[in-house]
Amino acid sequence: MQELIELARRLLEEKQVGAILGYEMYRRGARPAFVTDAGQCDRLIFDHRCVHNLAVYLSPGRTHVASLGRLAVVVKGCDARAVAGLIRENQLKREDVLLIGVRCGGVGIDPGNSGELNARNLAPRCVRCNCREPVLADYLVGEIGPAPKAVNSRDARLAEMESMDTHERLSLWTDLLSRCTRCYACRQVCPMCYCERCVADKTEPAWIESSPHPRGNFAWHATRAMHLAGRCVDCGECERACPSQIPLGFLNRKVARILLDRYGYAVTDDPLQQTPMGAFRLDDGEEFIA
Amino acid sequence: METKPFEPKIVAFVCNWCAYIGADLAGTRRIAMAPNVRIVRLPCVGRIDTLFILKAFERGVDGVIVAGCHPADCHYASGNYHARRRFAVFRELMEFMGIDPLRITFSWVSASEGGKWAEVVNHATEQVRRLGPYRNYPRFTEVQV
Repeated sequence: MQELIELARRLLEEKQVGAILGYEMYRRGARPAFVTDAGQCDRLIFDHRCVHNLAVYLSPGRTHVASLGRLAVVVKGCDARAVAGLIRENQLKREDVLLIGVRCGGVGIDPGNSGELNARNLAPRCVRCNCREPVLADYLVGEIGPAPKAVNSRDARLAEMESMDTHERLSLWTDLLSRCTRCYACRQVCPMCYCERCVADKTEPAWIESSPHPRGNFAWHATRAMHLAGRCVDCGECERACPSQIPLGFLNRKVARILLDRYGYAVTDDPLQQTPMGAFRLDDGEEFIA
Repeated sequence: METKPFEPKIVAFVCNWCAYIGADLAGTRRIAMAPNVRIVRLPCVGRIDTLFILKAFERGVDGVIVAGCHPADCHYASGNYHARRRFAVFRELMEFMGIDPLRITFSWVSASEGGKWAEVVNHATEQVRRLGPYRNYPRFTEVQV
């Protein structure tokens, strides 16, 4: 990681940026870190414990981050897609941020995981990852670590859910979502959930019931999946942040699969890519419309 | 006590320019159709947020109809195309979350298609009648709203 530390030090010394946003170690594993002093750059690390998506700090609502000046952000391939999303949606100017892309061989589920990556502790999204090296980056550092062999358990589980009948799926999701306490950690940690006022916070009319009842929970998670359609970068942060361990990623994953099947759309880190829900084709399929 | 046979309660979200006029025409032409549908008129089918449908189910409807202008006929040029994508995704997501897609009917109805509106209404009503009352939308016990 000497490469990363030297680059960070140079950027700070040359006053190209006001702060480096990266990862550091603390007693329970890796965590996000803001480094503003060139002498502190050796705090920075990058390894498979750096699971967080730092693009969330770039949301325009985070004025305390903006007050640090221009930022250099350490991004993995999946994080770069979130940065691209923010640029695409005019939440961020490309020139306002320097991106230090890191080559990544996969990260764990938990930032506190100290052992080697293996099939059990590898984040599900890293299996068959297609963005080990971000394209949207000003610098590219590091080596692609050896990826552990792992079965794609997430897609297998998704297929299993799809093969259930409607009643089973309803009771499955009702059970899962009834655990939701409506803490909105999934929203706060999501780099693409930057709305100043979320529809879930509206009370007149209260479109989404705010009490943690299965009914409001269902509406909230269905709406979140819809609002992230074509925007979710599959960084898995919602699932990691969820204190009730609800596998929220399946909803976003399902929507991503629908968009791929119907419109051939897959999210990338190209800020000029057209998003599927903001566009249409005259010959879009309408087999479901009478 | 005699129990009443099940009559589905269906809400229809229609666009102001085509489907609503079509429904109106069905009325003025005195076409007989199922009386189970309550119409909510909106400016455009593109205005129909997926939350409207969720909210309707929350408040106890058994089925939903969404109807707008045929492709290329939208009063606002592209509202129905955007809606088409949105509902294509929404429908499959609902199916994945366990809402029977047969409870949600999508249709294009033009201003002159009073007959087609009656068909859509009758078809949706029959379909939902066969499925029965929708009591198990997320354990949707009575909640004060």
